[in-house]
Amino acid sequence: MSTPSKSVQSTPLNPRRRGIIIGASDGIGAALAHKLAKEGYTLALIARRNDKLNTICAEINSAEREARVFPYAHDVANYQEVPGLLRKIIAELGGLDLLIFMAGVNFPPGLTTYNFEGDRKMVEVNLIGAMAWLSPVAEMFQHAKAGQIVGISSVAGDRGRIGNPGYNTSKAGLTTYLEALRNRLTRHGVNVLTVKPGFVNTEMVKAAQGSTPFIISPEQAADDIYKAIRKRKQVIYTAPIWRWIMLIIQHVPSVIFRRMSF
Amino acid sequence: MQKNFTQLENFGHSLSAPSYLIKPTTTDEISEAFSIAKKLELTITARGAGRSYNDAALVGGGIVLDMCGMNAITEWDPSIGLITAQPGTTLEQVWQKVVADGWWPPVVSGTMTTTLGGCLAANIHGKNNYKMGPIGEHVVEFTALLPTGAEITCSPQRNGDLFYAMISGLGMLGIFTSVTMQMKRIHSGLLSVDAFPVRNLHEHLTSLLDGAPNYNYIVGWLDGTARGKSLGRGQIHATRYLNEGEDPNPQETMKVSNQVLPPRIFGVFPKSLLHYFMSPFMNNLGAWGINTAKYIASLRKHTFRQSHAAFHFLLDYVPNWEYSYGRGGLIQYQSFLPKETAEDAWQEMLQLSHRNGLPTYLGVTKRHRPDKFLLTHAVDGFSLAMDFKVIDKRRAELGVMLQEFDKIVIQAGGRFYFAKNSETTAETAQKFYGEETIAKFKKLKKRCDPKGLLESDLYRRIFE
Repeated sequence: MSTPSKSVQSTPLNPRRRGIIIGASDGIGAALAHKLAKEGYTLALIARRNDKLNTICAEINSAEREARVFPYAHDVANYQEVPGLLRKIIAELGGLDLLIFMAGVNFPPGLTTYNFEGDRKMVEVNLIGAMAWLSPVAEMFQHAKAGQIVGISSVAGDRGRIGNPGYNTSKAGLTTYLEALRNRLTRHGVNVLTVKPGFVNTEMVKAAQGSTPFIISPEQAADDIYKAIRKRKQVIYTAPIWRWIMLIIQHVPSVIFRRMSF
Repeated sequence: MQKNFTQLENFGHSLSAPSYLIKPTTTDEISEAFSIAKKLELTITARGAGRSYNDAALVGGGIVLDMCGMNAITEWDPSIGLITAQPGTTLEQVWQKVVADGWWPPVVSGTMTTTLGGCLAANIHGKNNYKMGPIGEHVVEFTALLPTGAEITCSPQRNGDLFYAMISGLGMLGIFTSVTMQMKRIHSGLLSVDAFPVRNLHEHLTSLLDGAPNYNYIVGWLDGTARGKSLGRGQIHATRYLNEGEDPNPQETMKVSNQVLPPRIFGVFPKSLLHYFMSPFMNNLGAWGINTAKYIASLRKHTFRQSHAAFHFLLDYVPNWEYSYGRGGLIQYQSFLPKETAEDAWQEMLQLSHRNGLPTYLGVTKRHRPDKFLLTHAVDGFSLAMDFKVIDKRRAELGVMLQEFDKIVIQAGGRFYFAKNSETTAETAQKFYGEETIAKFKKLKKRCDPKGLLESDLYRRIFE
């Protein structure tokens, strides 16, 4: 791994906020890394794929003309690695203000077929992976009485649908987990932001079947998320129209919902 | 360890960094902390009262040893004025212990909340630096625990190289575990203070230079908002001890109860609320108003008597005064300049601050002399400390100006003090310390701390 030189020290007149993005090698994660680095954050970028990670880091660091982002290869399903890696990253960044969990996998099983292995992998990465990272960070932030946690859930977690029960479950679980953390941590001065993207033009969506209404670019999603981080919001949809769509969908009575091919 | 994660700030509230906080109460527990650091591959730094204006007692993501739990005064001999105390002992504890017996700490900082360990690590100076040197010159002996596990005893004669390096060493060679210091004899709890105005920078520095030999302490207040012919105007407080017989009732004036700072103004208004009333004035216009009013008030030349505590601990006079600077906090920029170059350099700096619309809201001058400590900040000349408010929108501008200041100071053969400056770069530090000094310090560091366990954000900033 090509490791850039150490991060720039934070001083009162050149303050550095420090963040970790888990799942940063492409899609919204990569776009958000670009955005936050540009806004002055020093970041640890985590992903499984080393090559992509190094390319993104090199891109950002040369654009910012400074070591702003640092790559850490890690598989989120490798839970026991988390505490040590977290400690190491915080020491190397010189602190932590923001943790963004957006690692996610999607294995659509098909409308009539079932795939336990895929379901299991989705829960292991999307939900348990998130718990492995968020619970030690939540504990640290709670004691420090500062910090912000961002979880990238999905509109898919708002309702169980016929297409992908495992994915719906993993994201519903994540949404609930984030809500519970929010209720624990707000009183300690820590903000928890749940992001529910609709369709975003990433590899994950390209792999999914069916139509993709209201699709937005990863950069647009990253802008929405950055704004929400700054305003310390609690739940956002991106694109924002999904809030209204999901409000309706959530209220469709089961007797009708069961009969929809949606 | 997650439970120990704590957000720590500097004095001035302009920086914060989260660390794992460990509060040792014995030397063994410091040892244990070193083992934890080694095991978890974290770095470690000691923190006393956290009264540095910069990152000296912070290590973001590392382990901070809160030394305040080791604060016992273990020995006090009033017949010879020798005190031995643990490193977390504050100057407040020390003077309260010794004053009634007719002694006073020979060197104190502007706040009494600082700890002995912190004072030694920064090698603090007082308003008598030109006479008494830094605090290190009054340390008879200290013990320290090195990251290697060795506990060593140092005095000017024994382990002299470490004695002169650990005092001033910014806590980067070892952790002090006990300090023995010589106190200074006093014959009254009061001091005699001469207060007089100075009309410009030249008169200001001349008064410090000429006045110093005749007094025990000398300090100037500089009106950072005055321009043109009045640039550098201010007021000098020149102070001397009372001789035997001058105070008719020394037993009374040396009582602790007659030294403590009153908690209320006019006996009614609690001073802890005062900083709220100060914050509306903490802007360019308000600071101009206050500085101008203070200068006009200082035009009356007068002499008065004041208790030691009231004279020395101005920073404690308004509790939490630093909150009056608002959300961004404040930073302090202190430069030490040789007496030959000081006037021109500070004139340039003050003018630059006016051109940028970033005047200092408080300026303080002192007289200094060099000392033998390895990372010394003193010169045969003067220091000027300037407080600046940190405003979100003007951070970058202020940063650029302070880098300009650094260039002027280095050019003029000046130095910096690392209990104060928060923006100095490694490049600047290298220039004024000199390569030889840094090499010598790093060699000692290698010997005392081969694994590099001791590291503060300050160390990362100026030595790496």
